[in-house]
Parts: sequence; C-alpha cells; structure tokens
Amino acid sequence: MSDALLVLSAFLASAVEMVEALTIVLAAGVARGWRSSLAGVGAAVCVLTVIVAALGPALTALPLRDLRLFVGSLLLVFGLQWLRKAILRAAGFKALHDEDAVFVRELERAQSADRLERAGLDWYGFTLSFKGVLLEGLEIAFIVVTFGSTQGSIPLAAAGAALAVVVVGAIGVSVRSPLARVPENTIKFAVGVLLTSFGIFWSAEGAGAHWPGSDAALLGVLAFIIASSFALVALLRRERRALVPLEAET
Amino acid sequence: MSRLTAFARFWWDFVIGDDWTAAAAVAVLIAALDVLAHHSVNAWWLLPPAVVGALYVSLRRMARR
Repeated sequence: MSDALLVLSAFLASAVEMVEALTIVLAAGVARGWRSSLAGVGAAVCVLTVIVAALGPALTALPLRDLRLFVGSLLLVFGLQWLRKAILRAAGFKALHDEDAVFVRELERAQSADRLERAGLDWYGFTLSFKGVLLEGLEIAFIVVTFGSTQGSIPLAAAGAALAVVVVGAIGVSVRSPLARVPENTIKFAVGVLLTSFGIFWSAEGAGAHWPGSDAALLGVLAFIIASSFALVALLRRERRALVPLEAET
Repeated sequence: MSRLTAFARFWWDFVIGDDWTAAAAVAVLIAALDVLAHHSVNAWWLLPPAVVGALYVSLRRMARR
C-alpha cells in the first residue's frame, strides 16, 4: 500500500514538473535550435542523477527514526507549500498556471536574446534548457530521495519519476507544443495532499508517536487531509465571494 | 557573499517558500510531539488537526496579500 502511494506520489509530482520543464525546453528549441536545447537537457539530467546518487545513500545511512523525523519534517513543510498554492488557486486567490502563456513569454525572450556561441552551442538556448530542467527536476529529485530513502526503496521512487518523464516526454515530442490541457492544478493539489500526509505520518513516528493500526493509519491521515483541504477550498471561496461581491455575480 | 546569499535564498524559497510561519508552526508541533513522547504520551492525534490549523492561518495570510 505504501509502495503504491510512493510510486503514485513520485509519478504525479514528476509529471507536473516535467510538463513545466517541457514548456521551457520547447521554447528554447524552437527559438534557439534543438541541438543547444537538448544539450542543456542532457547536462541537467546528469547533474540531477548525481544529486540523487549522492544524497540517497547519505540519507539511508541515518537511523530509521532520525531519518523519518528529518525527512518527515522536510516533506511536511515542502508539502504544505504545494497544498497552500493549490488551495489558493482552487479558491481563486491565485492565477492558474497557463503553459501557453509561459511558452509565449519564454519564446519572446529567447528570440530577442543575443547569440553567443560556446563549445559550438548557442549559450542562451543551452542555459535556458539547463536551468529549466534543473530547477523543475530538483523538486523531483527531492521527492525521489526523501520518499525513497524513508520507504527504503529509492529505485521504486525513481521508477515512478522515470515513468512520468518518459510519458510526458513522449507526449511532448509527439504534439510538439506545450501541454496546456494537463490539469496541473488538480495534480499539484493531489501531490500536496500526498506530501503533507506522508510528512505528518513520518514526522510523528520520528518524534516518537505510535499510530494506531501502524502503516494503515496513513490512509486515515490521507483521508483527513483530503477532506480538510476541500473544506479549506470551500471556506476560502466563500471568503473570496464576500471580499469581491461583484466578481461573484459575473 | 552575494553568491552565498543567493544560494541560501534559493534553498529557503525551495523548502520554506513564501510563508515561513507555516514552517515554524511545523517545527514547534514536532518539538511538542517529541516532548510528549518523552513523557510517555502517545500524541499521534495532535499533528493532523494542528497542521490543518496552521495551513488555514497561512492561507488566510496569503489570501489577504
């Protein structure tokens, strides 16, 4: 059960980050040439692989209780960030992520930048792809390392992430345009719920609490966080309507 | 120094994000849980509702910005 949730969390988080990275890589490829853009992708993937390979064994060297306390606390803080943004978007307090708009913005920037060649590559195209993949990929690496080490299965978490990278990458190559129809906020909401639930479960265990029903209690925590999140969306929507009555009428 | 600041800033934004009070609340709650466990109180029930409470306070703060 925990393994299935582990793979699901890594897959969903990676899919949504991969959609965002794909938009940047597409803009760099279309505006500055595919060779430089794909070289940037390759370099960023190498750096991310090194990060996972170095941090994974380092974390697993910790005693299980300390690991759960450390990783659980980190995941809880990190997950609350995802969940907070997703709830604010769902309640209308924050604009929804628009991949088409991001693509147009990045394309305009890339087309207007000066050309500078280094090692036979267009430097702007290379660094744009490199930074995009590295920054989006860091969240994936963070989730793979923390989830994988705590569950004792980094390869399983990495497999979930790799599956998302392959699926989103294949769709991106076939349609050659930003994946604007992917329900990003819904996926981010789900990932926020999963990270927060795992964070609560592990940090409480690490701090010395014992869950009734052992691992099965994770499902209870998950159900509680899902119900609370929907209640918070409803509450904030009502508050927003009270704050902006004219907008509610339209 | 500016690179060091930028590096620290990046990790702060990456882990803590735009509302540090939620992270502080989590730290206080986990410390409280640890203290209770040392006094043989199994307070597994504390964290879920307290985290949702901290999330609500954080959401209201962000919504008013």
